[in-house]
Amino acid sequence: MKILVPVKRVPDPATTIRVAPDGAGIATDNVKWVINPFDEIAIEEALRIKEKQGQGEVVLIAVGQQSWQEQLRTGLAMGADRAILVRSDAPLDPLAIARVIAKVAENEKPELIIIGKQAIDDDSNQVGQMIAEMLGWPQATFASKIELNGDRCSVVREVDGGLATVAFPLPAVVTTDLRLNEPRYASLPGIMKARKKPLNEIAVDSLGVDLTPKLKIKVLKTPEKRQAGRKLGSVQELVAALHNEAKVI
Amino acid sequence: MIGSSRDVDFFNLDELLRPEEKMARDAVRAFVSREVLPQIEQHFAHETFDRGLVAQMADLGIFGANLHGYGCAGMNNIAYGLIMQELEAADSGLRSFASVQSALAMYAIYSSGSEEQKQRYLPEMARGKLIGCFGLTEPDHGSDPGGMETRARRDGRGWVLNGVKRWITNGSIADLAIVWAKVEEGVTGFIVERGTPGFATSDIHGKFSMRASITSELVFEDVRVDEAHHLPNARGLRAPLSCLTQARYGIAWGAIGAARTCYLCALDYVKSRKQFSRPLAGYQMVQRKLVNMLTEITKAQMICLRLGQLKDAGTMRPEQVSFAKRNNVNAALKIARTARDMLGANGIVNEYPIIRHMLNLETVNTYEGTFDVQTLILGRDITGENAFD
Ligand SMILES: Cc1cc2nc3c(=O)[nH]c(=O)nc-3n(C[C@H](O)[C@H](O)[C@H](O)COP(=O)(O)OP(=O)(O)OC[C@H]3O[C@@H](n4cnc5c(N)ncnc54)[C@H](O)[C@@H]3O)c2cc1C
Repeated sequence: MKILVPVKRVPDPATTIRVAPDGAGIATDNVKWVINPFDEIAIEEALRIKEKQGQGEVVLIAVGQQSWQEQLRTGLAMGADRAILVRSDAPLDPLAIARVIAKVAENEKPELIIIGKQAIDDDSNQVGQMIAEMLGWPQATFASKIELNGDRCSVVREVDGGLATVAFPLPAVVTTDLRLNEPRYASLPGIMKARKKPLNEIAVDSLGVDLTPKLKIKVLKTPEKRQAGRKLGSVQELVAALHNEAKVI
Repeated sequence: MIGSSRDVDFFNLDELLRPEEKMARDAVRAFVSREVLPQIEQHFAHETFDRGLVAQMADLGIFGANLHGYGCAGMNNIAYGLIMQELEAADSGLRSFASVQSALAMYAIYSSGSEEQKQRYLPEMARGKLIGCFGLTEPDHGSDPGGMETRARRDGRGWVLNGVKRWITNGSIADLAIVWAKVEEGVTGFIVERGTPGFATSDIHGKFSMRASITSELVFEDVRVDEAHHLPNARGLRAPLSCLTQARYGIAWGAIGAARTCYLCALDYVKSRKQFSRPLAGYQMVQRKLVNMLTEITKAQMICLRLGQLKDAGTMRPEQVSFAKRNNVNAALKIARTARDMLGANGIVNEYPIIRHMLNLETVNTYEGTFDVQTLILGRDITGENAFD
C-alpha cells in the first residue's frame, strides 16, 4: 500500500519562543527545528502499516523552504522510502497547503494519507480535513488506532467524552492524535541510508494551484505574565471576590 | 519526541553541523531522555548497570558507529562525538559502556585484528550480542602501562597467559576481553573469551563514582588461547595506546554533555530559588559562575568540533586529543562542582543529577590517562623533553 505522509517543520517544543521585534512572526535565531510531533506519529504509523503488510511505500511530502529537507531526511532516516519537497519560499495558508498536497496526491495516488491532526506551531487543525474534502475521500480525525482490512479502514477516534469508531473504504485521510503510537528513533544506519534515498523537489508554481493568501497575521504578542494566585479563607470570600473584584458573577 | 531537549549553543555551532550529524545527536538525545533518565538514579543508587540498554543502544547503531563495514553505521567522527556527548549528558557510566565497547574493544579488533577476527567479532559486537572489555590497567600499573606484569608465553601453536588486570569497565559482563600482555618482542593483545579455563572476574564495590557502570578485576591463571585469539597486528604499546586515543576522543566530547546537564540544572535552579527576597540568579557572584560555566562549555564545544574535523580529515594528532580530554574533562569537573555548590543542600541529593555527574567526572578525570598524564604528553610535545621517567 502506498501511504503519503505530509510533514511540517516546526520549532522544537523545548525551545523558548520569542516574538520577533516587528511582531510579524517569531524570532528564528537559535531556534531548533523538528518534525511536527503529530506528523512524526503519522510517519511511525505509516511505517508500522508497511512493516505489518510486508510491502508498500511510505512517501513523505513537505511544502516549504529548502531547509525543510532536514525534516524530510529525518523521516527518511526513520524508514520512509522517498520524499517530495514542494518548494515554496513564501509561507502558505493552511488552505493553500491542502490544495498543494491534494494536487500531489492526485498524481501520486496513495491509498492512504496519514497526517498530524495539527501542527504545534499555529495549531490550525485544518489541513487533513481540507485535503479529504478536496479529494472527495472519507476522513477520520484524531485517530488513536488505525486498522486496515483489505480496502477498508477502521479508526478509533478520540472525541470529547470518549472514543468513536468509524469505518470507511480507501482511499482516505486519517489525522493522528497523541496516543496513536510512540515514534521510533532514527537509527544511525538509518540516517546513513537516508542520505541516498530519493528526495525530489518540485516548484510550487509548477502545480497550477491557487495559492492566494486568505489569512493575514496582524500582530503576535507574548501573553501577559501570569500573576500569582491568592488563597481565600472561605466560600463567602471567594464569592465576594468573584463578584466585586473579578466582576464575573 | 525526537530532538526535544534543551541545548547550550551560544555561538550557533549547530549551523556548522551536517544534517546527519544533527540527526544522530537528536536520535540519541531522544533515546536517552526516554529510556535512560527515568531509571538512572536508581541504577546509580544500587550500583547496577541497566543491561536492557545494551540491545537498545545496538538497535540505534551506537556501537562502533564511526567504524566502517562489519555491520557498523559508518558515521563520521563528529556524529560519533555528538553521540558520546548525548550519552554522557545522561550518565558518564553509560558513555563508558559505549566507549569501551566501541573505541576500545571493537577498535582493537578493527585496527589490530585479522580479517577472520573482524568478521567473527565485529558484527556481533555492533549488534550488542557480544560485550567487550579492555584490560590494560593492572593493580600496580596505571599511568605507566609499559610496566605491565601480565605475561604471555608461546606454547606450541598457542599462548599461555598469566596476570591480573584491575579497574576494567564491563569486566564481569563481558563476553570477551581484549587483554594486553608482554611477550618476548614487547606488548601484544589477545582476545580472551568468557569461560576460557583459568580466566576469572570479580567486581569492585564501594565506588562513589561510576556506580551505574561495572568495574572489575580480571585474573588470568595459565589461560590457554590459540593463535586465532591473538591480535596479529598488535605490535608494541602503540597498539593499546591507539585505542586510548579513540576513547579519549569520545571522552572529550562526552564531558561536554555532563557539563551541559549540570549547567542547565544550576541555571534553572538559581532562576527560581529566592534568598534575601530575590532569585539567586539576580546576584552578581551567581551570574559570574553561570557565565564562566557557559564560557567553558562553549570553548570545549569548539575544541571538539575542530578536533572532529581533523579526525575526519585524517590529520588529527594524539596530542590534540590529549589537549581536548585534559581541558574538557577538567572544565566539566569544575562546572559540576560549582553547580553542586549553587544548589546548596539540594546539590547533594539525587533529586538533581549534579552530584552524580560530579562524582562520575572524578573517574573521567582519572581514566584513559589522568589530567596530569595528559599534561606530560603535551609538555613533551611542546618542549621535546620527556618528563615521564
Ligand atoms: C571506574 C574506572 C573504570 C576504568 N576502566 C578501565 C578499563 O576499562 N580498562 C583499563 O585498562 N583501565 C581502566 N581504568 C583504569 C584507569 O585507566 C587508571 O586508573 C588510570 O590510568 C590511572 O592509573 P592509576 O589509577 O593506577 O593511578 P596512578 O597511575 O597510580 O596515578 C596516581 C596519581 O599520580 C599521578 N601520576 C602518575 N604518574 C605521574 C608522573 N609521571 N608524574 C606526575 N604525576 C603522575 C596521576 O596523575 C594521578 O594523579 C578505570 C578506572 C576507573 C576508576
